Amino acid sequence: MEFWFEELHTDNVKMSIRVEEQLFSGTSDYQRIDVFKSPEFGKFLCSNGSVIFSEADEFVYDEMIVHVPMAVHPNVKKVLVIGGGDGGVARELSHYEEIEEIDVVEEDQMFIDVCKKCFPNNSCGLDDPRVKIFNANGLRFLRSKTDYYDLIINDCTDPLGHTAGMFTKEFYGNCYRALHEDGIMVYQHGSPFFDEDEESCRAMHRKAFRSFPINRVFQAHIPTCPAGYWLFGFASKKYHPLKDFDEKRWMARNIKTWYYTTHLHAGAFMLPRYVEDLLTEEEN
Amino acid sequence: MDMNRQRRAPIYEALEKFRKLHVVPFDVPGHKRGRGNPELVEFLGQRCVGIDVNSMKPLDNLCHPVSIIKEAQELAADAFGAANSFLMVGGTTSAVQAMVLTACKAGDKIILPRNVHKSAINALVLCGATPVYIDPKVDKEIGIPLGMELADLKAAMDANPDAKAVLVNNPSYYGICSDLKSIVKMAHDHNMLALVDEAHGTHFSFSDTLPVSAMEAGADMASISMHKSGGSLTQSSFLLLGPNMNPGYVSQIINLTQTTSASYLLMASLDLSRRNIALRGKQSFEKVAEMAQYARDEINEIGGYYAYGKELINGNTVYDFDVTKLAVVTNRIGLTGIEVYDLLRDEYDIQMEFGDISNILAYISIGDSIQDIERLVGALADIRRLYSKSEKPLFTGDYISPTVATTPQKAFYAQKEAVPIMECAGRICAESVMCYPPGIPILAPGEVITKEIIDYIKYAQEKGCSMQGPESSDISYLNVLKEGSY
Repeated sequence: MEFWFEELHTDNVKMSIRVEEQLFSGTSDYQRIDVFKSPEFGKFLCSNGSVIFSEADEFVYDEMIVHVPMAVHPNVKKVLVIGGGDGGVARELSHYEEIEEIDVVEEDQMFIDVCKKCFPNNSCGLDDPRVKIFNANGLRFLRSKTDYYDLIINDCTDPLGHTAGMFTKEFYGNCYRALHEDGIMVYQHGSPFFDEDEESCRAMHRKAFRSFPINRVFQAHIPTCPAGYWLFGFASKKYHPLKDFDEKRWMARNIKTWYYTTHLHAGAFMLPRYVEDLLTEEEN
Repeated sequence: MDMNRQRRAPIYEALEKFRKLHVVPFDVPGHKRGRGNPELVEFLGQRCVGIDVNSMKPLDNLCHPVSIIKEAQELAADAFGAANSFLMVGGTTSAVQAMVLTACKAGDKIILPRNVHKSAINALVLCGATPVYIDPKVDKEIGIPLGMELADLKAAMDANPDAKAVLVNNPSYYGICSDLKSIVKMAHDHNMLALVDEAHGTHFSFSDTLPVSAMEAGADMASISMHKSGGSLTQSSFLLLGPNMNPGYVSQIINLTQTTSASYLLMASLDLSRRNIALRGKQSFEKVAEMAQYARDEINEIGGYYAYGKELINGNTVYDFDVTKLAVVTNRIGLTGIEVYDLLRDEYDIQMEFGDISNILAYISIGDSIQDIERLVGALADIRRLYSKSEKPLFTGDYISPTVATTPQKAFYAQKEAVPIMECAGRICAESVMCYPPGIPILAPGEVITKEIIDYIKYAQEKGCSMQGPESSDISYLNVLKEGSY
């Protein structure tokens, strides 16, 4: 029997993953969630038919979205994770002893439950006693917060689906307000390669660039993402991702990683010409 | 309402059947199911152009319905609690005009609120009737016109016992409702027709908690913008009749100006949307009301903004309030509604229904989600943080009762000349002058320009009001009727 999962990355490009079995399928108020087991990527989770993460490659973005800002900001005590109901980001954050509070705001309870059941290696992050889960809309949660967090991580992935509100000027503006005067926000920035994705990538940079004094983009290679290529945004009120990067301090922590290294930290901000160009165009 | 019967959608069903017959078209439209216009098919899709067809035996004819369109009209009448209904494909404007043209002919009088929609005034140009205006009171805090006051209506009826009809806008764009039942009763007691422009109240017939609908209140005719809260395609509407109207005569009036090639896309959309709100409207509109209320509470929580609701109800000029409407007063954060409207669109990719001097209005409907409401609230909070200034006091002048010298029709066809505004006293105006806030005309075609009105225009301009309508944008001159030409 041939059993394949297919996802259109554009109208003309398709990714296929051979599937062994389907572990879950359900529809919440926000999305349709499916979990499959595959020989190549292990278990993987889809939202409305798009792969959100797989066991084989989730370490890439969970590490990159956490360790990059944590190696820059000298004193992170309060962290807000928007989305992130799978627990992968919280798991990476739990390596840092100085963090006192990790607030995870996930609107979709079904997403949390499914990850608990199918992805214990991620959801174990939510068991850290510093983690508090809020079952709320991210924008609404943010409205009540002013000058409160050191780091905000936007772990939502889909700028066109039910999390569209987390890729807007009002979201970046509300994050700015919720952060301390030296706060940092990192966020999923999409993939710049295919034409259709390029426009939302540009729009994100246009909005975030104008919301924070420092705004840089960094990259990673994630096989299940469109074109295998993914960008992250680093928006900051005070710290520069390279000038304020404290390599030694991070090395001294002895955190075991599979993707992030301090060399890679610097390299991830060195972007291909076409990406640099499209970002610069949006800045001007 | 017969729920079992409401499951039918005869126009939609007939089109589905027709599609499968693959009839060879030697009739219009000339695109022939799209084959003659591949770019249009690419853009709109085969299903859409495939049902863009002409009237024919299995599909009935809107000009003289005998089968499926007749049935669709009966179903709509049943859904809205009307005696008869008409599918309208020229927008609610065509429905309002059909109401006015049915009620009056040249020389007749019709009682209207001063802030009536221009479709009604245009109908007066067509039929030659004379308007009698009623002062809509204004809420000076939020700068919007309110509903019709019964005492004013009574006075107008006593002074014009020969008037043929009263036309009411209910609800207003902002959600303000008048005492419709009393207005209808008063009209009938004076032997006048009660006409309701219910463009913004399609949903009233499908909820027990929303204000009373025109048909429920006993009105003789009502215009329903199905494409607003009802979910049908733009330009499609219903005209509803009460039991005392002659549908044959109304049909004749409609056919005076209606197309003889009515679009089946529009008619099918009316049919399907009627079915949808008849079957599911109650829950849907309750959800809309809940979302609007949530948005109101959250916006009022931000501070600076005022999203008003049922607290405005005063038993008179605000007899009831449509809680599905979401209007927000913005001048307390030092920004006009227009400025906030522009910021939302240009900076936050949020399109509002409109912005005026003091308000913005979000149209909440069955197509909205709570995530989008969060975006709007989040954007308003961000606008306050980034752009707010010190509060601007709102100026709304007092109502000046107009003197109608000639009918809108005579004024429309008369010869005109431009005269500097300071020399206009005593002349008859040929154009409309609308002042925002509160969006009530100071002058309409056929009305005498007085010194008081000229002073008012000057003063309101100094106070920062926006004047719209005249050819001269700074109102240095006005077009007036040439003496002896009307």
